[in-house]
Amino acid sequence: MTGKIPIAKTYKLFIDGAFPRSESGRTFSVNNPEGELIANVSQASRKDFREAVRAARAAQLSWASRTAYNRGQILYRVAEMLESRKTEFVELLKSIGANSRSATREVEDSIQRWVWYAGWSDKYSQILGSVNPVSGPYFNFTVPEPTGVVGIIAPTEPSMLGLISRLVPAIVSGNTVVVVSEGESSLASVTIGEVLATSDVPAGVVNILTGDQTDLLPWMVGHLDVNAVDISGISHETDLTLIEEAASNVKRVISRQVNEESLELISDFLEMKTVWHPIGR
Amino acid sequence: MGNSNSKDESSLEDFGIEYASAIESTSLVNIKDKYGLFIDGNFVDSSSGKSFKTLNPSTEKPLSVVTEASSDDVDRAVRSASVSYEKYWKKMPGADRARYLFRIARHLQERAREFAVLETLDGGKPIKESRDVDLPLAAAHFFYHAGWADKLEYAFPQRKLEPHGVIGQIIPWNFPLLMAAWKLAPALACGNTVVLKPAETTPLTALLLAEVIRDVDLPPGVVNIVTGAGETGSAIVEHPEVNKLAFTGSTEVGKLIQRSAVKRNLPLTLELGGKAPHIIFEDAALDQAVEGVINGIFFNQGHVCCAGSRLLVQESIADYFIDRLQKRIELLRVGNPLDKNTDIGAINSLAQLERIDQLVKAGIDEGAEVFKPSCSLPENGYWYPPTVLTGVQQSHRVAREEIFGPVLVVQTFRTAEEALEKANNTPYGLSAGIWTEKGSLIHWMAERLRAGVIWANTFNKFDPTSPFGGYKESGFGREGGMQGLAAYLKNSGGNS
Repeated sequence: MTGKIPIAKTYKLFIDGAFPRSESGRTFSVNNPEGELIANVSQASRKDFREAVRAARAAQLSWASRTAYNRGQILYRVAEMLESRKTEFVELLKSIGANSRSATREVEDSIQRWVWYAGWSDKYSQILGSVNPVSGPYFNFTVPEPTGVVGIIAPTEPSMLGLISRLVPAIVSGNTVVVVSEGESSLASVTIGEVLATSDVPAGVVNILTGDQTDLLPWMVGHLDVNAVDISGISHETDLTLIEEAASNVKRVISRQVNEESLELISDFLEMKTVWHPIGR
Repeated sequence: MGNSNSKDESSLEDFGIEYASAIESTSLVNIKDKYGLFIDGNFVDSSSGKSFKTLNPSTEKPLSVVTEASSDDVDRAVRSASVSYEKYWKKMPGADRARYLFRIARHLQERAREFAVLETLDGGKPIKESRDVDLPLAAAHFFYHAGWADKLEYAFPQRKLEPHGVIGQIIPWNFPLLMAAWKLAPALACGNTVVLKPAETTPLTALLLAEVIRDVDLPPGVVNIVTGAGETGSAIVEHPEVNKLAFTGSTEVGKLIQRSAVKRNLPLTLELGGKAPHIIFEDAALDQAVEGVINGIFFNQGHVCCAGSRLLVQESIADYFIDRLQKRIELLRVGNPLDKNTDIGAINSLAQLERIDQLVKAGIDEGAEVFKPSCSLPENGYWYPPTVLTGVQQSHRVAREEIFGPVLVVQTFRTAEEALEKANNTPYGLSAGIWTEKGSLIHWMAERLRAGVIWANTFNKFDPTSPFGGYKESGFGREGGMQGLAAYLKNSGGNS
């Protein structure tokens, strides 16, 4: 009789819509609270990071030029996919130590958060933009635009809600992202990647790396094709001189301990563009 | 080419018309022999006793001696701002803060002529610009922000915000008073106190503004103005009791400041350099476009971070357009900045003149063709004629680096896609210009240009209600408008 032995999932990176292993061939192990191995997870290298940035850059313009309505629908579709895999996420969170109630709660909150941000896609411009009453015969308006490619150090705790809380506000406006997840939170991150792969989010919009955040941090902040970084997820012991290189291309560096639903997290990755045109006959 | 080239192209000289000089009187301005630092409501000496001269760049003659703030002096200024924040400013209702800002605006309007002349003397810009642009806008910035001081909750609904406390502000020499207004007005309206450092070559109007601040009875220490160069600036940047920094200046210095601030998680806004594309399509109203390009690059001697320094002209009209441009440049009047007819004044400093000269030479070495008009330049002072470089390749230094002088580089393009690609091919992203009569093309370009300010069928327009600031290496944060207030407030009880 075959089929009784469970097939364990291989946790790989998520780059440009595909699931490669790290080019370094390295992995790290994630154990359950009893110390038993759950998985050997791919440990991303600097080169993997660069590949991910390349994918994010290639996807950015076309993601940003979709209509806000379309981005909103695509992101809402992700919430549908999350909902259909609710049990899997609950089990996953339980395997790394959550009790049943808190795991269910975190998954439900995560889905709600995804829906909340998805709904902002065609609204934030009206709240954050403006028509400006300049002193002269000019039509003058200000609109928010996505910053570009964003690097995110995912919060390690809570592992699913933490990542979603930083990821969705960045992509809803048309940014593309490279996320770095660490430790046991990697399991939820990779599984979110699998959800994205089966949704309509175009390849390259979200790239998820698992590995050592402190190792990858200097490459993220120093990469000249990354426009902004969200380092809110770094551990308190991180040596902040590691982020000095952010100045090499005047990156936007976001570090704030807001994890609830917040329009601010959307505006963190927006640039304000002001356009002038004369009024006349 | 349509309708726009029918105008007579002969120059004024052909008719024997010359402008008689019309020199603005300096009698209104009373420049002191020496200026102290403005700390805690008084003009004080430096603890180190050091000072430096500020020159009139159009004559090279010293105007006055200005105190150089040491790090001890900066420390005194920061402590004064800090005490004043707790003692007066934090507790003061927004409506009262507004009244002080309204007063400053009015004093600037009342003393506008005096300020304008002093600005021109110290910085070298034409009096018509300091009179018609710098002063009215500086007053307008205070007036606009005054009204916000008691309405901040309307700007950010659903958020509990508070001021940062002490703000360190460092400003450049190209719009000395106007930049002080851009920095001070929103900071004060939002309830912060300030230590401001004007540029070392143009400190005088900021010091005159200090007198105004004293005259309007602003509580002592709410605004402190310390003069000096890079070391004074560093002392502000590094001071542990400064809660937020705002800098306008070069990208090079901006990066150094960001390095220092980012490690300390210190809130920062940067308004840095630019290399703005100025794009002319073949269907543009060409007479107006020529004027726009002239204004875009020669306004304030090209000492403008958002100057339209890269002309991108559609190939089909390139020869005609460049010819028109050169004829127009022949008519520009370069010389005494106090002459009301002067279009291009003095270069702000010898160091800047040398940098412009060096970059233009590098451009010629790399193969660019140079056009300069036949105008004569005064013997004394720092001068550079309006200059156009053609035959410029994208890889040339003059196409990539900010020259910050009256030098236009010209490239051509065939399609809108090519224009866009060339326009965005720069680490900068402060501003861009588009000239076409086709509305949909304006919006198509405006949407895709990676720059914070887009001028369509106009250029170099500014207004306190209109947010200004850069993408990419031109900085982050906005100045002006509702959006500009965000930099001067933080979440209550949390980080920025």
